[in-house]
Amino acid sequence: MNRKRIYPAWFLLPAMSVFLVFFIIPMAVSFFFSMTVWDFSGFTFCGLDNFALFFSERSLSHSVVNTMIYAIGTSGLKVILAFFIAVFLTSGIRTKNLIRSIVFFPNLVSTVAVGMAFKALMHPTKGLFNQIIAFFGGHGPDWLGNVDMALYSVILTDVWKGVSVATVIYIAGIVSIDKNYYEAAAIDGANGWQKLKNITIPLCRPAMNSVIILSFIGGLRSFDLIWSMTGGGPGFASDVLASVVYKQYAAGFYGLSTAGNVIMLILIGLLAFPLQKFLLSKEVE
Amino acid sequence: MKKNKRFRLLGDIIGMAAAFLIFVVPFIFILSNSLKDRREANLLQLALPETFVWKNYSEVFTANNYILLTAFKNSILLTVFSVGGLIIVCSMAGYILQRRKDGLTKAANFVTMMGLMVPPAILPTIWITQGLHIDGTMFSMVMIEIALQIPFDIMLYRGFVGTIPIELEEAGYIDGCERLGMFCKIIFPLLKPVTATVIILNAVSVFNDFTNPLYFFPGRKNATVQLTLYNFMGQYQSSYNLLFADVIIITIPMLILFIIFNKRIVDGMVAGSVKG
Repeated sequence: MNRKRIYPAWFLLPAMSVFLVFFIIPMAVSFFFSMTVWDFSGFTFCGLDNFALFFSERSLSHSVVNTMIYAIGTSGLKVILAFFIAVFLTSGIRTKNLIRSIVFFPNLVSTVAVGMAFKALMHPTKGLFNQIIAFFGGHGPDWLGNVDMALYSVILTDVWKGVSVATVIYIAGIVSIDKNYYEAAAIDGANGWQKLKNITIPLCRPAMNSVIILSFIGGLRSFDLIWSMTGGGPGFASDVLASVVYKQYAAGFYGLSTAGNVIMLILIGLLAFPLQKFLLSKEVE
Repeated sequence: MKKNKRFRLLGDIIGMAAAFLIFVVPFIFILSNSLKDRREANLLQLALPETFVWKNYSEVFTANNYILLTAFKNSILLTVFSVGGLIIVCSMAGYILQRRKDGLTKAANFVTMMGLMVPPAILPTIWITQGLHIDGTMFSMVMIEIALQIPFDIMLYRGFVGTIPIELEEAGYIDGCERLGMFCKIIFPLLKPVTATVIILNAVSVFNDFTNPLYFFPGRKNATVQLTLYNFMGQYQSSYNLLFADVIIITIPMLILFIIFNKRIVDGMVAGSVKG
């Protein structure tokens, strides 16, 4: 049987041509345009000036650090919190499905809406968060107005919205673990913590790796939540790469904006690909 | 045994209470404030409204010359066209990529898997659409949404095709079935479960997309629901009642979808992420 004749290559054509024109070609030319000053109609080549400017101007270079903090913060919290939520939900409680649905729903709400709601909840004087803190006699922070705090407040909101995806991935991983391991461990007299540490964690490693990679890359690319909650502010305190790309575009510095885009691409290439390789190599052992 | 039961009941109670406090209260907050008058809503209290002001909702619809209706029309059209296009192109591509193994499919696999990670180059994409004289049109927006979802959808389809027995096609081929006909009549119907997943997941992400319309779909006549909400934030900064009413209006379609397709949505997300 001639395989090639049953499976015609032109079936790939529609998907690949759309992907090529609207994704691959833009990505390829972005390397060139990041080295120009351009306005869509004409360009002047300027070498690596945009990158030099990017890293010498603190308002811009700061965004690289923030992007890293954001990616590590959101993925770290999701990896840990989601694991415990998943263990809790698979421990045989009856309201499992209901709780899972409740935790999952924010994921379907638009990011802008979530950002707006949390902006109101985090209002420095009237917001519900600070009213609760005040009720217990404390003095709540200015969640989004404080330069040192704004980015972390957005990180918390991101975790609130996205922890559920990580949770359901973990649940799938935990449910697929062979029950015999637990029975054997119980006969050997292992306690709950020992079972968790020696069975559950090693055996849901693939799920954990998916969670790490997905949330880390998502964190590096994140834009809409930050944009709707702080707009990168106060000042440029919570600017990340994606928001700098937008700001420079809106200001008309297209070359600089494209350079920001390329830096994000390189950052993901330098961090995410090796991270995935590393995690997969651990998985095999 | 009895102790175990009581322990679990305690777990149920604590779990429900925590889930309610952390994940439900914010929605109650939004709903309750969307029904208050302006002064009361701006206090941002969790309390129930003194009087229920239902006209907030009609006010949101009539605001800015019925822009929300335009936005719903655009968002729904964008979602329908993008999802429809994605189903056609990705089912075909995923099928071939699973079945046929040669240099071409290897290359195609590599680029699409890379597309799962790499962020899109935004301004060059605008440049391309300008070069093609389709910038700012529904057509270009649909094409861009399709391009961005292609890697994920191809992955879902490719994974599912692997579960379909190959003998079916060989039999069809011997019977002289024409290739496109065979795909449409034999393969595509078998892909129904994954197609359903693709429809739901993509509908949610395209309908909720904010970033791409912000860049590629500017202008008043191109308003989408997410952009409209964002613009409301600037315009009605001091009218939280209207802002929250808008949030509720654009969240309801998702809530309905979630209630109906709960299991499918969750399973789809797991399938997509674990295979990637």
